[in-house]
Amino acid sequence: MCNSNILIKIIENMGKNIIENKDYLTELDRVIGDADHGINMSKGFSAVDAKLDEMNGKDWGSILKTVAMTLISTVGGASGPLYGTAFLRASTVVDGKMEIDKEDIINMFEQAVEGIKMRGKSDKGDKTILDALIPAFEALKLAYEEGKDTKTAFKMAEEAALEGVEYTKNIIAKKGRASYLGERSIGHQDPGATSTYIMIKSINEVLEQN
Amino acid sequence: MKKIINHKEDVVEEMLQGMVKAHPEYLKRIDDSNVLVRKDAPIKGKVALVSGGGSGHEPAHGGFVGLGMLDGAAAGEVFTSPTPEQILKGIKAVDGGKGVLLIIKNYSGDVMNFEMAAELAQMEGIEVQQVIVNDDVAVEDSTFTVGRRGIAGTIFVHKIAGAAAEKGMDLDDVKRVAEKTIKNVKSMGMSLTPCVVPGVGKPSCEIGEDEMEIGLGIHGEPGIRKEKIKPAREIANILLSNILEDMKLEKDDEVAVMVNGLGGTPLMELYILNREVDNLLNEKGIKIYKTLVGEYMTSLEMAGASISVLKLDDELKQLLDAKADTPAFRIL
Repeated sequence: MCNSNILIKIIENMGKNIIENKDYLTELDRVIGDADHGINMSKGFSAVDAKLDEMNGKDWGSILKTVAMTLISTVGGASGPLYGTAFLRASTVVDGKMEIDKEDIINMFEQAVEGIKMRGKSDKGDKTILDALIPAFEALKLAYEEGKDTKTAFKMAEEAALEGVEYTKNIIAKKGRASYLGERSIGHQDPGATSTYIMIKSINEVLEQN
Repeated sequence: MKKIINHKEDVVEEMLQGMVKAHPEYLKRIDDSNVLVRKDAPIKGKVALVSGGGSGHEPAHGGFVGLGMLDGAAAGEVFTSPTPEQILKGIKAVDGGKGVLLIIKNYSGDVMNFEMAAELAQMEGIEVQQVIVNDDVAVEDSTFTVGRRGIAGTIFVHKIAGAAAEKGMDLDDVKRVAEKTIKNVKSMGMSLTPCVVPGVGKPSCEIGEDEMEIGLGIHGEPGIRKEKIKPAREIANILLSNILEDMKLEKDDEVAVMVNGLGGTPLMELYILNREVDNLLNEKGIKIYKTLVGEYMTSLEMAGASISVLKLDDELKQLLDAKADTPAFRIL
């Protein structure tokens, strides 16, 4: 249903949007973290961009693994291992596949969620990436269960992710450097949840055009 | 900030170069990495041990690379975990076909990056297990940790697991003795002055001229309390009481003791502290089988010390006595 060319377009668009939002993500992180999220993520996706050509014609698993390894070796901090794990785990369920279907999409998403939970020893409500990613995954799964098509399902995932980002403003950070602020972290939007939202939005933009 | 450095950005790189130049008979550096491994790595048929963490704790961990201890150590930036890619390079460089044990100090960043590296290594077909050292009884959760922190007791884990691997134990067995050591070792420290991270240039915290901080972390993260400086005997008593409360030692139990300097404390003071530790343990009828005094796990120029107590059994005694030959730890 979806061939691996579309994945390359998605990865490229994620990079474009992350790099465009570099200052925005860094500013969010400056308030409750160590002011490097945008810088680190841009560094990672610039390195991914440089590998887009070699991804051409590869299977879903290989492409995702290349993205994972590149992010792991260039992003640093906690985001590197966390996003790296998400892409790496997702790659394992589509290894060798040139085309994927709905079930593969659900599996990839689920692996990404479980990987980040395990790596960060965190869950929904800790004010992290997962506050955007888990609602997005749940919305996607529900949409598929209701028989919606992929475009609609991702539209709903994007909306859920955005709601998740908004929700992070109301909760206390329990993980990462922001957690040292305790209650003072309330009122501030989580940079990790925000970068996750940007990535899911990037998937949508590509699906809309195709 | 006064330091003997060139540029603050280059401290880790230049330190590693200096270390290899100082100990060419023990160490070699893996190309394009901050990983030091045994000169004779990989050793075929032996379980390999890899540790590491942020820099600024020297001689930990590169100083413990050698016969009977670590096969490799990955160095991160000052007080920052090495990346998974670096750790993976270390794992691949030392794997001798019998698997690799990672010895991780319990800090969130270290655990995340080492576990990521373990997963990558497993994907490449290398058997990897890990243990997490959490010997510091001072605080339960800290700015860098969920649970207790890993400090100088880690050196006992290097020594004992290293001896087990050298003896030819398999990965499961090496992990077992490492975990037994972690369970049996408790530590606690105190500080007189903070440390200055080169890239930051300012002290990590403030400790008054007449004060000490009990339980200050090895990155300058908060401890339990600040109080007026006291004589060595009382300092030993404060730290040991906390350690022993957690260990439930009985009369005639045998222990190994480590009095560890944090970087800015003269050996003279460490020996004085050791005298007090020895007296206090003797009063309780606890037998000291082995004593180590010196700098094993430092915190840049921080003045202060930590005490570690390891409860021994026959197996641990034998492994503790086994030969070790590394730049910073020798039992010959």
